[in-house]
Amino acid sequence: MTIQIKTIDIEPKRQTFGHIARRLGGDKPASRYQEGTLDVQATANFHYKPLWEPEFWHYDTRKTAVVMDDWYKPLDPRQYYYATYNITRANMNQAVERNFAFIEERGLIEKMSPAAKDAVAKGLLPARHLHWGSNMNMSEMTQRGYGTAVTAPCIFSAGDHLGMAQILSRVGLELDGQTGASLEAAKRTWMDDAAWQGARRLIEDSFVERDWFQLYVAQTLGVNAVLFDLIYKRLDAAWRDGAIAIAMLTEFMSDWRAEESRWSDHVVKVVAAESAANASLVSQWANHWIDRAIEAARPLSAALLDDAGKAAEAAGEAAKTRARALGLAI
Amino acid sequence: MTQVASLTLQHNDDARPIIEAILADNDGARVLSMPGAVKIDRDMELVVNRASVEARLGRVWDPQEIHLVLISMAGNLDEDDDAFKVSWKH
Repeated sequence: MTIQIKTIDIEPKRQTFGHIARRLGGDKPASRYQEGTLDVQATANFHYKPLWEPEFWHYDTRKTAVVMDDWYKPLDPRQYYYATYNITRANMNQAVERNFAFIEERGLIEKMSPAAKDAVAKGLLPARHLHWGSNMNMSEMTQRGYGTAVTAPCIFSAGDHLGMAQILSRVGLELDGQTGASLEAAKRTWMDDAAWQGARRLIEDSFVERDWFQLYVAQTLGVNAVLFDLIYKRLDAAWRDGAIAIAMLTEFMSDWRAEESRWSDHVVKVVAAESAANASLVSQWANHWIDRAIEAARPLSAALLDDAGKAAEAAGEAAKTRARALGLAI
Repeated sequence: MTQVASLTLQHNDDARPIIEAILADNDGARVLSMPGAVKIDRDMELVVNRASVEARLGRVWDPQEIHLVLISMAGNLDEDDDAFKVSWKH
């Protein structure tokens, strides 16, 4: 007797959810990113109006002045949802751990000259407070923003800032022999040192910005593109003989910035391209916040590089070039 | 004589962007769906382009990663940093 083994390919009745199929224009297999993002946020049938802001519903497109026909247009080019985001960051964090182990094993921080240690304590550690402020801002955009396409990557970004603040804290602990004294000193520098007051004012002013997309522009094109790019890309000379050790310990920040800007730039570009009114609003905001960020960065680069603010200007120019490439009138 | 170049891939989330890229880049490719697998045939040549897969995947993709979902193939292999190609000499 012969037995013939046959296989039957059973077509699933549906490839994906109805609301995803309507977005894709047909019943096609959807990626996890699409299924975890498209139309996930509730849009109707809220039970109670929020008492703290009765003019709006919980999720309300009117919380920003820019108008989008569909807030699911600015999708994340990295296609991050919970799993992909966490897997990527876990890999990046492994590199951080390895770098810290390497630096400790070789004693590269201990071997730094006192002048270099002092520069790192004054010029790098206080940035953990700037990261914390950025975490606040990204969380604010998550809760006031509209549409999962934008708000989900915002909370990922908020987590990134918290992580980067922790990396800087660990750099401080390396400097002070794990006592935490350098972090307390860095807090005082952040609060009192003239070099940091511009940055502190900028981030604290951004806390009270109610228009969430203006806040988005302020954070990504102002704080990230000017201040953080200055700190992580243009201050190598300030760390003197510690430049290589600091470059290794802040590798995460370079990787993060290169990757996140793909998303943050794309969102600004798509929103500005929606209408002439949006383009003019976003351009106005970008002009305002990039200029403010340059002002904030100037005393920092002057104090650390003794360059009368040239590095801050250069970072500002780079941010403006970036904004122009996104279709903004700068 | 026309010979068939072929790639058989697992049919899962990891392979779907690759399958889509192959179908977009290779005119006249024939698809045979099987339970858990997809066999893609084309006369003489079948190419997987890194750029097309990356556009669908949203991240950097190394053509070597195709081996994670590749079940079987037919044709002479030519692979470099930008593409993974199976073909028969004319």
